[in-house]
Amino acid sequence: MFGYSIADISNILVMQGFAGLSLFSVLLLMALGLAIIFGQMGVINMAHGEFMAIGAYTTVLFSNFAVKLDIVQSYFVFAIIAAFIVAFIVGYVVEYALIRHLYKRPLDTLLATWGLSLIMQQIFRSSFGAKEVSATLPEWLLGSFKPTEDIDIPINGVFVMVLAAVVTAGVFIFMYRSRWGLRMRATVQNRVMAGAVGINTKMVDRVTFALGCGIAGVAGAAFTTIASTGPTTGSLYIVDSFMVVVFGGAASLIGTIASAFGIAQAQSILQFFMTSSMGKVATLLTIVVILMMKPEGLFSTKVRK
Amino acid sequence: MNVLNRRRFIRTALSGALLAAGFISGMTMAADFATSKVNTTGLAVTDKTVKVGILHSSTGTMAISETGSIQAEKLAISQINAMGGVLGRKIEIIQEDGASDWPTFAEKSKKLLENDHVAAVFGCWTSASRKAALPVFEKDNGLLFYPTFYEGLEQSKNVFYTGQEATQQILAGLDWIAKEKKAKTYYLIGSDYIWPRTSMKIARKHIEQHLGGKVVGEEYVALGDTQFGSVINKIKLKKPDVIYAAVVGGSNVAWFKQLNAAGLNSKKQTMLTISVTEDEVLGIGGENLEGFYSAMKYFQSLKNPNNEKFVKDFKKMWGPKSVIGDVTQAAYEGPWLWKAAVERAGSFDVDKAVAALPGYELKTAPEGYVKVDPNHHLESKLRVGKWKADGQAEVVYESELIKPDPFPKGYQ
Repeated sequence: MFGYSIADISNILVMQGFAGLSLFSVLLLMALGLAIIFGQMGVINMAHGEFMAIGAYTTVLFSNFAVKLDIVQSYFVFAIIAAFIVAFIVGYVVEYALIRHLYKRPLDTLLATWGLSLIMQQIFRSSFGAKEVSATLPEWLLGSFKPTEDIDIPINGVFVMVLAAVVTAGVFIFMYRSRWGLRMRATVQNRVMAGAVGINTKMVDRVTFALGCGIAGVAGAAFTTIASTGPTTGSLYIVDSFMVVVFGGAASLIGTIASAFGIAQAQSILQFFMTSSMGKVATLLTIVVILMMKPEGLFSTKVRK
Repeated sequence: MNVLNRRRFIRTALSGALLAAGFISGMTMAADFATSKVNTTGLAVTDKTVKVGILHSSTGTMAISETGSIQAEKLAISQINAMGGVLGRKIEIIQEDGASDWPTFAEKSKKLLENDHVAAVFGCWTSASRKAALPVFEKDNGLLFYPTFYEGLEQSKNVFYTGQEATQQILAGLDWIAKEKKAKTYYLIGSDYIWPRTSMKIARKHIEQHLGGKVVGEEYVALGDTQFGSVINKIKLKKPDVIYAAVVGGSNVAWFKQLNAAGLNSKKQTMLTISVTEDEVLGIGGENLEGFYSAMKYFQSLKNPNNEKFVKDFKKMWGPKSVIGDVTQAAYEGPWLWKAAVERAGSFDVDKAVAALPGYELKTAPEGYVKVDPNHHLESKLRVGKWKADGQAEVVYESELIKPDPFPKGYQ
């Protein structure tokens, strides 16, 4: 077939399948935090990418310390937790200082968070320098796993995949199995009534926003294993994040997962058969067409019109 | 007066005389070159000073790359000033920020030339910024020294290009890898904009027509794209002898990290890249690059007295952690070439300085020796460096001097 042996083709099939899954987990990690903030709260957070950058820079800082203390093999797990905490705290402060004043003006949040993203980019540039930096990765994250001689499964891809699964499961449990999640959903559905039964809706808002930011931080930490970190790293991710969330149907977590899966598979398969940039063009065109027919996204909550 | 005192007296007198001589010669320098004579076109030249511009992005996405150029230009200018300046005049810098935004480069060029009347500008980095500023320089008859290696296909009276044009960087490197690695099949990959596309066009022509090789894939990825899974699988399927790469910016880091993670390290795959300098290695990480090759005219590890002094001075001024890439070195040459042009012409006038520079040999260049060609590019050597884990390259090949050929026949 096309001058390649059957073994070649089946090896590539396995690796290509993995490439698709790996892209899926990357997109899912990017979009989860935004799905909470945009999907549940309706806040268009243009600074979402910068919260990922916060996570990534936290990881880089941790790695610098780890190199000094010679604990490179074990720091990464702590770095991820720290990335979550730092991004969570910054998110909490941002909600208190900025976002809560703008809940009734959704279009203004777009402008305000965009301004915030520019401010954050310049803060990164001033404090960490304009050059891109990389975290020193522990050895167990490098290289590839080889089930057979000709198949290489990148370990960092597996790691991102596992992390995506863990975070997704965590978000599900939090939202659908915990008291906090219950309050959050109640507030989203009917703020006045939720307030009337004694839920502190302002607190719920703040924690929801901070949680979304924290998850973005985790995503940023994970991405240090596949790419570098620079002041404008966040802006690379923001478009894909919104694409996944909007395509999936803003208010639905299942939709986000399905849409990340669909976009990832379409893109990686198309990029294999076409050139890289044409593959992306074709994917985006498909999304546009589907959104024209289904403006609510793939999984929309049914509303009475 | 005992012997010791007499000796001291003689020494003091001598050094005093020397100082006076230096002072007088300095005076005669400026007096020899009266401002009215060396500046007939209204540039910002006084009896004591001359103003030049530095125009790079110190903010925005390109700041990553352009910071090194700013540092090199400032170093060169401070060294020239320490030597007494140009025609007895100290250089004063007016620095403007292009902010990674191409129209801003045009606007700031206009400001530098029309309001500040600078005698020369050292600046621009991306081709897009140069193309935006070029009409301003041509209209106002300014003088620009441009440091980046670029795609060629340009020559202007008002610009000197201190980086290599595409054929200088590409042809010799491909010749070397074809011979050294007996390469027959090539996979071309680059970011999706003018420089990689033009470079790959030249590379493909050279591989197919002169090296008897075959291009088994040609691929462009969007700027900033960080997902290479599918591309890497394609490469694995085609099994090229050589990957020829011109991926830039954030994508570059992702490209090398993922290549390694997919098992395509230098033990299994030969790669020659034209977009990795010491600056990029900082972000990519030496361990991800180890064993791959870069084709550049300059590497920080070059062993010659000029370069050793340059590296020492650079680190003294900008900190021991700073690294020097190809473009940084080319930017360093700019002020020195301008000084030579002005001194050969005996005038700051742009027309006279431009006419005086071709044919000049800069023997103190950190890269060794360069000669200014009549087409305003530099005649220079190409080196191939093999990256080591510590982020420095070992130079494994050095070409003869290559004449610049910005409009290569048969390659377009």
